[in-house]
Amino acid sequence: MPQLPIALPSQVPLSWYLILSVILFVTGAAGFLLRRNIITVFMCIELMLNAVNLTFIAFSHKLKQVDGNVFSFFVMVVAAAEAAVGLAIILTVFKNRSTLEVDEVSSMKL
Amino acid sequence: MPVNFMPTPQELFRFAPEMLLTLVATIIMVLEPLSGADGKRKFAVISFLSLAAAIALSVAAAGDPGAAFSSMIVVDGFSTFFRILVMVAGVLTILISTNYLRMEEHESGEYYALVLFSIVGQCIMVSANELIMLFIGLECSSIASYVLAGFLRDDKRNNESALKYFLLGSFATAFLLYGVAWIYGTTGYTNLSEIRRVLLDPNSNQNMVVISAATALMFVGFAFKVSAAPFQMWAPDVYQGAPAPVTAFMSVGPKAAAFAMFLRVLMTAFEPVKDRWEPLLWTSALATMVIGNFAALRQTNIKRLLAYSSIAHAGYIMVALTAHSDIGTAAAMFYLASYTFMNIGAFAVVTYIARKGERHVEIQDLAGLSQRRPVVAAMLTIFLLSLTGIPLTAGFFGKFYIFKAALDANMVWLAVLGMLNSAVAAYYYLRLIVVMYMQAPSDEMEELPAPSVGIQAAMFAAAAATVFLGVFPSVVLDYAGKSASFIR
Repeated sequence: MPQLPIALPSQVPLSWYLILSVILFVTGAAGFLLRRNIITVFMCIELMLNAVNLTFIAFSHKLKQVDGNVFSFFVMVVAAAEAAVGLAIILTVFKNRSTLEVDEVSSMKL
Repeated sequence: MPVNFMPTPQELFRFAPEMLLTLVATIIMVLEPLSGADGKRKFAVISFLSLAAAIALSVAAAGDPGAAFSSMIVVDGFSTFFRILVMVAGVLTILISTNYLRMEEHESGEYYALVLFSIVGQCIMVSANELIMLFIGLECSSIASYVLAGFLRDDKRNNESALKYFLLGSFATAFLLYGVAWIYGTTGYTNLSEIRRVLLDPNSNQNMVVISAATALMFVGFAFKVSAAPFQMWAPDVYQGAPAPVTAFMSVGPKAAAFAMFLRVLMTAFEPVKDRWEPLLWTSALATMVIGNFAALRQTNIKRLLAYSSIAHAGYIMVALTAHSDIGTAAAMFYLASYTFMNIGAFAVVTYIARKGERHVEIQDLAGLSQRRPVVAAMLTIFLLSLTGIPLTAGFFGKFYIFKAALDANMVWLAVLGMLNSAVAAYYYLRLIVVMYMQAPSDEMEELPAPSVGIQAAMFAAAAATVFLGVFPSVVLDYAGKSASFIR
């Protein structure tokens, strides 16, 4: 087996998962604010929810409880329902305006 | 230890209103495709009756208060108050919706089913004693409201309103959930009473930085849902674009429920760390009042004006939350009750004057309303005076108790600035009254048909409640005061 230049711990520590979840969440939030395509914006929200799931599962493993795993199922189910409604809304917007740019969907400014 | 997952009949009875409404809404969804184009009116009647029955069940369930489903749901005076409040808001919404939907040729059972599902979510929000349950209720309420906001799917304004509500709503929910996940990780619990116990325990040595960060994330989610600054920017666009009866519903039902869960979370779980969130709430309350009132001054669209006014009212309620005392909680409860009636009443009038396609929602469309429809003008005057906070209306006592709670909590400056703000608000509410009574109707205005029975009933009921709460506030306030001290 080739030698790795750094020594890896035998188990992935909790903090690695948490750091990854923070990175995912921040990426999602930044993408929500910066990207202009509605579908991409929606994907960023899903990314944020996945960061939540990762946090729940990592903590659930650390606390040796099953609760966190169950919560992540709840989050997934709700995210699926939200995606169904959200994509339907995006579809009606596209049908009426033929655009998927967030900035072009603003007719109600003062 | 053997665990019994079967709920007892007692627990099921405490959860009965939600179960009834879910059942009826599902039945409506099944019957909807089976009914002809002119058989849709029966769904309004069914949902109206089921809401009345659910109110009766909530009153009955209040006779036997306590927790249910392993303390996930708790039925106490506080949750009963808000359950009944959101259901009454639902009843008034259905009354003003029927004629509007027929006029827009979109009358269908789905609308009523969605209103009922949204109310179920709000009922769960106000009685949840657990962060995950709270999230489920919030999403039930929000997802149904997203669809309602875009209900007339060929209308561009409706699309835009639904899209903005959906994107920003889910963004806020993600923040709330991330906060919940970190709270779960650091305390090991999601039950509000357990979190409170852990935070109060001097030996638990929690990492206060993580707890504060998680609380801040949850605050973002809550502030979005109650449209408090700096997360209020979605409200004007969403309220202006949605169908008028839906705006009436969204501006009271989900808002009251969101404030109820905000209050419960702050006053039970996070009360031990109140030193950390109090300055945050103080700033947010002031900013919400200032932004709402000053932006409302230069609006010409009535729906947008009322949207900014509802932001300002959220600011007043935030003042009561900042006081974090039992008096403050009771004041917030009373204010939300009076706000529900005066705001739905005002939107009932807006629904009436907007007419088909909502072409008449500018302030100038109110010109000469006192000559064309004197009764409607008088009703709108009552609601606007109440929103201003003139004595003998509900709004006066609402503001009075909130500022009294702020003074009792030694927040003199916040109370003073709040009162100055309500003086600013008087300008834009009274301007509407001036247009109605002092300006003559222009010649090209079309004939205004008489309001439908539903709108009349909703207007009179809301006006009666507004005046009643303004003359006899103690009836509701005594109840609110008794139920303000939560099961901690």
